[in-house]
Amino acid sequence: MASHGPCQLNADGPASAARAAAERAARDSYGRLVAYLAAHTRDIAGAEDALADAFASALAQWPTSGVPQKPESWLLAVARRRQVDASRRRRTADAAREHVAMIEDERSGIAAEEGFPDERLKLMFVCAAPEIEPAMRAPLILQTLLGFDAATIGAAFLVSPSTMGQRLVRAKARIRQNAIPFRIPDRSEMPGRLDAVLAAIYTAFAEGWSDAAGADPRRTNLASEAIWLGRVLTSLMPSEPEVLGLLALMLFADARGTSRRTAAGAYVPLADQDVATWNGDLIDEAESLLLRASRFRTFGRYQIEAAVQSAHCARRRTQRIDWPAIRTLYEALAQICPSPVVSVNLAVAVAETDGPAAGLAHLAGVADDARLTDYQPYWAARADLLARCGDFAEARRAYDRASGLQSDPAVRAFLMARRERLGASLN
Amino acid sequence: MQYMLLIHVDETKMPKVPTDETYQMAAAYNAYTEALRKAGVLLAGERLKPSGTAAAVRVRADRTEVLDGPFADTKEQLGGYYLIEAPDMDAAVQWAARCPGSSTGTVEVREVWPAMAPAN
Repeated sequence: MASHGPCQLNADGPASAARAAAERAARDSYGRLVAYLAAHTRDIAGAEDALADAFASALAQWPTSGVPQKPESWLLAVARRRQVDASRRRRTADAAREHVAMIEDERSGIAAEEGFPDERLKLMFVCAAPEIEPAMRAPLILQTLLGFDAATIGAAFLVSPSTMGQRLVRAKARIRQNAIPFRIPDRSEMPGRLDAVLAAIYTAFAEGWSDAAGADPRRTNLASEAIWLGRVLTSLMPSEPEVLGLLALMLFADARGTSRRTAAGAYVPLADQDVATWNGDLIDEAESLLLRASRFRTFGRYQIEAAVQSAHCARRRTQRIDWPAIRTLYEALAQICPSPVVSVNLAVAVAETDGPAAGLAHLAGVADDARLTDYQPYWAARADLLARCGDFAEARRAYDRASGLQSDPAVRAFLMARRERLGASLN
Repeated sequence: MQYMLLIHVDETKMPKVPTDETYQMAAAYNAYTEALRKAGVLLAGERLKPSGTAAAVRVRADRTEVLDGPFADTKEQLGGYYLIEAPDMDAAVQWAARCPGSSTGTVEVREVWPAMAPAN
């Protein structure tokens, strides 16, 4: 259970055209179909099961009957029938209500139309509802809107497949039991609710993006799928500046995704990346999204973070990083959403504008935060600033902590090489 | 909760004589051990000698057998372990991902049964 969708489609040679059609339908409309099927019943797991059955039927029938003219409608009709069958079997009052609602829909012919309403936005808000544990919001969106299986999601979030599967099942049961409504939040609750959706999409992106070597195709894929979700969200909410900001942020990062490694797989820090290897089209698109967002004159964390990326990317034209701008942006970010991540980034910007000692002083100001004990970037930043201040003994200790906490072997090797060079300059 | 991180590595891929890579690996393990210690989660941890030096013992029907080599005949062999304290499996898996052994081999994470209270 909890493992359906595009990744599950497998068929052999003669069925390859049907499989390709089913995969296309899955890629384009999996989330739309689940969202629509679940909107009435609030039973996401049931909707996924019904859709999985529909895809299985498609793979069985399309090779002989041919691919229907409107594959999406075909899948929807079959899935609806499965849902009706399933609810009939349950014979509960709840099921009866669902059943009536579904028959009503059927009669009005909505299901037969190609243009059935797009309920994905409502589904995103359901997945990121306050009743859902924050850590489960991104996994839930990945499964329901994209059809990712529990193993793929688990790999990205460092959780075993069975545990992730159980958590997804529980989260969907919660949606059903708490009768979390499929609706767009109203104006008064929108900021907080939208923030949860954006955070979930960004989390998915970050998990995928952190696989810089592209060693795990499932994780790399997560970054591009998160961008795709960002695009869907942008098309559904074109006047939300933070939605535009998040998409811009992801595109900026994606534009230099492959520049983080040499051909031999060694880590290349941002400041050393060859700007010629960045994707200029993505950067331009991100810039124009950020500009569009800024016209609404309401700033938020995603626009600010995108602006930081924009300042880094400015090196493409000016040959230098605009550190004063970056510092101002992180100061603003520290005001609206303080976190250890922001503190460390601000300390680095302070070091670049006022010198490494000032940066270290800033880091010392937040060192009491218990969350920093295991926070790798804190130790990496501290090591670098100590080295630049000439305190090699302390720098060596900080490099040890930073490499000990690093799970990416390329970054670990980079940090350890830096530590070694410290030794050389001492002797 | 206590968790055992069992590090399985392919011994045939390990160089017979120490190379730069060997020293880098040792330094990476030192850094990792230090990070575990500083985070206050390390309970124990050791590296094991190659499985070729192992003996497998079993007593069956009053007969004791001693065999050469490791118990399991797999591509990756148990090469070392860490015993750590972590709030839950997720946190333990996080530490396992940071272990240098997870980028060269496989780190198995096992929760330790809590000690049973002695019967009165």
